[in-house]
Amino acid sequence: MEKGKLQEYWQTNLKYLVGLLAIWFVVSYGLGIFLAEPLNAIRFPEWSGGGGFQLGFWFAQQGSIYTFVVLIFVYVGLMNRLDKKYDVHED
Amino acid sequence: MDVQAWTYLIVGLTFALYIGIAIWSKAGSTKEFYVAGAGVPPLANGMATAADWMSAASFISMAGLISFMGYDGSIYLMGWTGGYVLLALLLAPYLRKFGKFTVPDFVGDRYYSNAARTVAVICAVFVSFTYVAGQMRGVGVVFSRFLEVPINIGILIGMGIVFFYAVLGGMKGITYTQVAQYCVLIFAYMVPAIFISMMIAGTPLPQQGFGSMLTDGGGYLLDKLDGLHHELGFTAYTDGSKPMIDVFFITFALMVGTAGLPHVIVRFFTVPKVRDARVSAGWALVFIALLYTTAPAVAAFARYNLINTVSNTQYAELPSWFKTWEGTGLIAWVDKNDDGAVQYVNGKAFAGKPSFTEEEGAQGQRLISNALTDNDNELYIDRDIMVLANPEIAGLPAWVIALVAAGGLAAALSTAAGLLLVISTSVAHDLIKKQFNPDISEKAEVTIARISVACAVLVAGYFGINPPGFVAQVVAFAFGLAASSFFPVIIMGIFYKRMNKEGAIAGMLSGIVFTAAYIIYFKFINPAANISDNWFLGISPEGIGTVGMVINFVVSFIVSRITPAPPEDIQELVDSLRYPKGAGEASAH
Repeated sequence: MEKGKLQEYWQTNLKYLVGLLAIWFVVSYGLGIFLAEPLNAIRFPEWSGGGGFQLGFWFAQQGSIYTFVVLIFVYVGLMNRLDKKYDVHED
Repeated sequence: MDVQAWTYLIVGLTFALYIGIAIWSKAGSTKEFYVAGAGVPPLANGMATAADWMSAASFISMAGLISFMGYDGSIYLMGWTGGYVLLALLLAPYLRKFGKFTVPDFVGDRYYSNAARTVAVICAVFVSFTYVAGQMRGVGVVFSRFLEVPINIGILIGMGIVFFYAVLGGMKGITYTQVAQYCVLIFAYMVPAIFISMMIAGTPLPQQGFGSMLTDGGGYLLDKLDGLHHELGFTAYTDGSKPMIDVFFITFALMVGTAGLPHVIVRFFTVPKVRDARVSAGWALVFIALLYTTAPAVAAFARYNLINTVSNTQYAELPSWFKTWEGTGLIAWVDKNDDGAVQYVNGKAFAGKPSFTEEEGAQGQRLISNALTDNDNELYIDRDIMVLANPEIAGLPAWVIALVAAGGLAAALSTAAGLLLVISTSVAHDLIKKQFNPDISEKAEVTIARISVACAVLVAGYFGINPPGFVAQVVAFAFGLAASSFFPVIIMGIFYKRMNKEGAIAGMLSGIVFTAAYIIYFKFINPAANISDNWFLGISPEGIGTVGMVINFVVSFIVSRITPAPPEDIQELVDSLRYPKGAGEASAH
């Protein structure tokens, strides 16, 4: 595989990583820790059946974990597409 | 049938299953022994990773810890899941492309240095032994409480089972046993959680239930808990008492440590393709998240049940589980004001763990000889019992209680097996094959690997029976070392082509020495000084791995700039790690 193409592929991968890790950081450390206290003033809507949750607490004990799962599958999807586009996928 | 009969039945059935799998998946080659022939489907690897990762601590202790820590318990929930994002995005696919057997393999090859390999082997063995002693202890504890055999006999039985399937099947046997163990442990965790959620919150979904209204009309559960905590003098349940900076550093150290633990990383060597490594990290987190999003709900339910049941209740009127656990020494009550009722408020009832005299008090309670504190709290509760006693506290049927015992055993055994394999590969492959005797035949290498698993089981069992008093403290060590050694060295090996062996070794050593010195000082040399005023920037020993990691990154970067660039072929190796195409099967050469 030629150098320039590979470089391009790698740069795109790095762009994905920066974007997804920024979300990773903001949701867990931002919403779950640093901003937890102000966010705790907000509640889940009544109809959700979880009206007892304060938002900061929910992000720290539930929301961040769901976000982590979604982030990984988004990355898997993006990379599978990128691998095909640059023809570096296996088989 | 009573609880004990159910326990014998369920535990017996699960053990028979594990042994059956071991016989079916006997390993022949080194490749099968070390990485299960790199033929594990991603979904199965996700399940095995989840069982590997979730130890006795996750299953038995975590919900109890959160129950008593409230918001502060989030450090474990986020810290022990967020690392999988780092694994999937930054480590797993590239290490799979590299295609060798172990983490020290990568460190040794990428940094063209046996010195670096040796440092990595020592870290891997130390981290794994630290961890495995705790698992064996967990096995013993479950046996002794549910089957009423002495702890030591329980450990011996556990050792026998692990010995059988790890020695026979290697990674292949361990992987498929872990798949079965995941099913057992998640079923055992969810059934009581769903029952209790139905009873307290009226919804079968615990994740929703702990934000719901109480069925007895007392408003929202979490509000009620905050109110009760306020009344009894605790910090509000949804509000932490740890300083924010420490919460940040501990969570980060746990995340990065998770991503750097060798027994977790090695699981991603077992899948057929790079693509599979990415997606199986995702599946692993799905399976882990199922338990980790349920745990805080279990914690809140248990907290509510506990306070409701014991607070200001006459000792004579307490339910039978209270006396059962008092009998095991995990609950103790001192009637400070002689009113015959349990006062449960903030503060320690007495110093240290209870030491019981053989006498009984006026109410029939077991008397203790500890020096009492001068606050009003009269109750001592071991955090570990929250999960184990939860089904009894909630009055669930006997088979559910038996199921929890089988689940705890599955969690402890699966983690122990994964760790033992790392130890044996480190010895047989990284030390003997790579350093002392490269000409060793494959058959001899597998035999050595089997012998080292056997030895590791014996050593682990010894530590389980004679636990060094510092087991709890060394857990901080395992994560701190993984965070400050493996994580930076692997990341830079992939993402920074210019990183050379001088930089990597200097970085690893400075990260480890700093982290180890900080932990040893506060945990062993001068435990009395272990308060936030004396900490560096207010960071506790549990969170210091984060700083060690930063030191590692900085030192290795600077050293690599003033020493020669790595050879051409290493730079090409790094290039080839960065795209999936051409990932062969994992191989020794």
